Amino acid sequence: MKKELINLIDISKSFDNETVLDELNLSIHENEFLTLLGPSGCGKTTTLRILGGFITPDRGRVVFDGEDITSLPPNRRQLNTVFQKYALFTHMNIAENIAFGLKIKNKPRSYIQDKIKYALKLVNLEGYEKRMPDSLSGGQQQRIAIARAIVNEPKVLLLDEPLGALDLKLRQDMQYELIRLKNELGITFVYVTHDQEEALTMSDTIVVMNQGYIQQIGTPENIYNEPENAFVADFIGDSNIIDSVMLADELVSILGTKFACVDTGFGHNTPVDVVIRPEDVELTAPEEGTIQGTVTHLIFKGVHYEMEVEAGGFEWLVHSTGMYPVGTRVGIRVDPFNIQIMNKPESQDEEAVPVEE
Amino acid sequence: MIKATAKKVYIALIFIFLYAPIGTLMVLSFNASRTRAKWGGPTLKWYAALFENREIMQALWNTLLIALVSSLTAVVIGTVACIAIQGMSRRGRAVFMGITNIPMLNADIVTGISLMLLFISLGLKFGLGTILLAHITFNIPYVILSIMPRMKQLNPNTYEAALDLGASPIRAFFQVVFPDILPGILSGFLMAFTMSLDDFIITHFTKGAGVDTLSTKIYTEVKKGIKPEMYALSTLIFAAVLLLLLLVNKAPREKSEKTNKTGGI
Amino acid sequence: MKNSKLSRRLLSTPYAAWITIFILIPLGMVFYYGLTDRTGAFTLQNVLDIMSAEHAKALWYSLGLSLASTLICFLLAYPLAMILAGMKVSQHSFILLIFILPMWMNFLLRTLAWQTLLEKTGVINMLLGFLHLPALNIINTPYAIVLGMVYNFLPFMVLPIYNALAKIDPNVVNAAKDLGAGRVQTFIKITFPLSIGGVISGITMVFIPALTTFVISKLLGGSKILLIGNVIEEEFTQTGNWHLGSGLSIVLMIFIIFNMVISSIFDREGEGTAL
Repeated sequence: MKKELINLIDISKSFDNETVLDELNLSIHENEFLTLLGPSGCGKTTTLRILGGFITPDRGRVVFDGEDITSLPPNRRQLNTVFQKYALFTHMNIAENIAFGLKIKNKPRSYIQDKIKYALKLVNLEGYEKRMPDSLSGGQQQRIAIARAIVNEPKVLLLDEPLGALDLKLRQDMQYELIRLKNELGITFVYVTHDQEEALTMSDTIVVMNQGYIQQIGTPENIYNEPENAFVADFIGDSNIIDSVMLADELVSILGTKFACVDTGFGHNTPVDVVIRPEDVELTAPEEGTIQGTVTHLIFKGVHYEMEVEAGGFEWLVHSTGMYPVGTRVGIRVDPFNIQIMNKPESQDEEAVPVEE
Repeated sequence: MIKATAKKVYIALIFIFLYAPIGTLMVLSFNASRTRAKWGGPTLKWYAALFENREIMQALWNTLLIALVSSLTAVVIGTVACIAIQGMSRRGRAVFMGITNIPMLNADIVTGISLMLLFISLGLKFGLGTILLAHITFNIPYVILSIMPRMKQLNPNTYEAALDLGASPIRAFFQVVFPDILPGILSGFLMAFTMSLDDFIITHFTKGAGVDTLSTKIYTEVKKGIKPEMYALSTLIFAAVLLLLLLVNKAPREKSEKTNKTGGI
Repeated sequence: MKNSKLSRRLLSTPYAAWITIFILIPLGMVFYYGLTDRTGAFTLQNVLDIMSAEHAKALWYSLGLSLASTLICFLLAYPLAMILAGMKVSQHSFILLIFILPMWMNFLLRTLAWQTLLEKTGVINMLLGFLHLPALNIINTPYAIVLGMVYNFLPFMVLPIYNALAKIDPNVVNAAKDLGAGRVQTFIKITFPLSIGGVISGITMVFIPALTTFVISKLLGGSKILLIGNVIEEEFTQTGNWHLGSGLSIVLMIFIIFNMVISSIFDREGEGTAL
């Protein structure tokens, strides 16, 4: 593992008696693309603002490269931030915006000129020096905000939902752009988003947060394939979360039917939650399935069909390339490897979020 | 902590500066002595005398009548003007808005004398009518200023959708456009009403002999000394407005907060 | 299409007529009177009369006092607006209220109340005497007029600056700090330039009524101090020389137009002019 660059130790913060972060611990490594992911109000932005120095935690310490920076003001931190909705200085042109941090540090003119050129080239906006921020599109303003931050050569770039205001196509382009930037600059990115797809696409490490607590830290594959609790399973992608009982090692009773699985160590007859991704549910002829049911909904989604199957008193969400018309009797089979067993939630923040429709 | 206290002290000082004269007037309204220089003990007699004083009552009536009629008229003209301006080309809009803003940007004394010259050359008889015309003129910009931003936010498709669904233009306006610009109309009305009530300078030049509003009445009284009934009256008006505002602010709390965010003055 | 064009014309014609009759023609009449003599012949005499000793003095007084009160208003209002803008959003309507509420007490009475407060035996001197401080004798002096101007027009300075400051995205200020700017640098390079529109419209809204007032000087300055507003008022209501009064008004309008041009240069988007 790479060197740890930032350590958040036992960070707590509340606003108006409402706890936003509760004893949060997190390590950020050198040259890592780390994403804080969660619904609004989960504490991800607060965490970022504590890193940036805009909020002081009530308790706990922020350690940067071995040095305690908890009470250091933002202007003296070796971090730069790309803000939500860009926060460009509308009364300055693009060159002045980018030069702002360098002028504060009294860098020589020629150095500043070179840096502006370099930064604009890096974000593919060469020749925009004299333009005013208001005359640029959202995506261009976003690039300027990034350029303005990176000319200061921060060790860490903090990004607060930077793509939130852009439309879908632009957002996808910018995702690749950000990955490219990060690789070219070789610095650490700490990225905040509520968009799980963005997190899965770009991150080295994802930190899933809810209600002020970290739910799971891991690689995108790790988070997607092995969610540790119902909240993570529910928040990342679609999933079937089913109330079940772990009968013994490698054997689980789902909706009263025995399924083979690969998990061990849950004890005997322990209530658990089972997560099965919709694409992992295999539909077969009724007699070949572990459990039988009837297709109740069918939608064509392009790459696959989305179906709902009523089986054992549960609506199974199924993604499949095969099509079964509504009313068809089908069997359901799940590869033991694709059955993810989780402990029952111990607190509210670990529970699945009720879907609002 | 020290900074927070300093801020509070500063706000408090400004607050005292703004409200000290108002407090003084209120105290004077309870002063038994006829001159303001001497405290003659507390009394309520000026409040009683106020309602007996026909001149003051007449001036009050004139003031309220002028404020109400002029702001209502300004609202009607201003709303129609907004619709007209909205439909204009960029250049037409700039010209109209430029002229509209003149009474607001120009000095009151110039607006006052210019209207006085107009009324004289038209041979109008100076009185309530000329005051009304003058007040409508300076009220219209305030109305337009509060409606225009709402008008700009309006989605033109909603009006067209109403037409598409078979509504007549007038019906479409009152059912679709009007509710959206209503907060602007209301705040414009309040603004115009306040401005009209507080105006002295323009009224001074456009009023005729024998017709007085509260402002002009006070101005003529300055030399002989203000009648204490006047203090009583302004205290009553102030208290009434304060009470009304407190009630409005307290009753539908959440609702008012929402409208304040989007509209306001 | 034709139909809607017609209805638009129907809507705009009455308003066009209104502004022509009640705004443009009256202003035209001020110019007509100001640029003619009693026989109706063209003359610049009425305008040039501003150079006469008496009128020039009144104009200088007006300029001096209104500039002083504009400056004082600005110095008082800016820190206040900053404090207010830093308060919670839910308190914003309350803030507006505090500054608009005094308007519901008659403007003449409010100004007159300062007489009571400032007099030799007035409230303020009583307080000062109580604290063994020297008495303040400013009633009927230019200082009292400046005080009256500041008192009456301060809200017009506070509100536009407050609006401009409240509009600034807090993240823009954070961004400046993030890029290394300290408190002072952030204020000079970011906060103040972004609020300049509000400052300019505040200056306009204080300077013009202060420059042209005749009431405040009459109520608080005794009858000794004549401002240009007093001169014009007397030409219309007492002396009856409308030509001279109009001519001097044209001089005032030159200042007003000058002020408007300056503010339109700074305030390109037309923001901040609204209350």
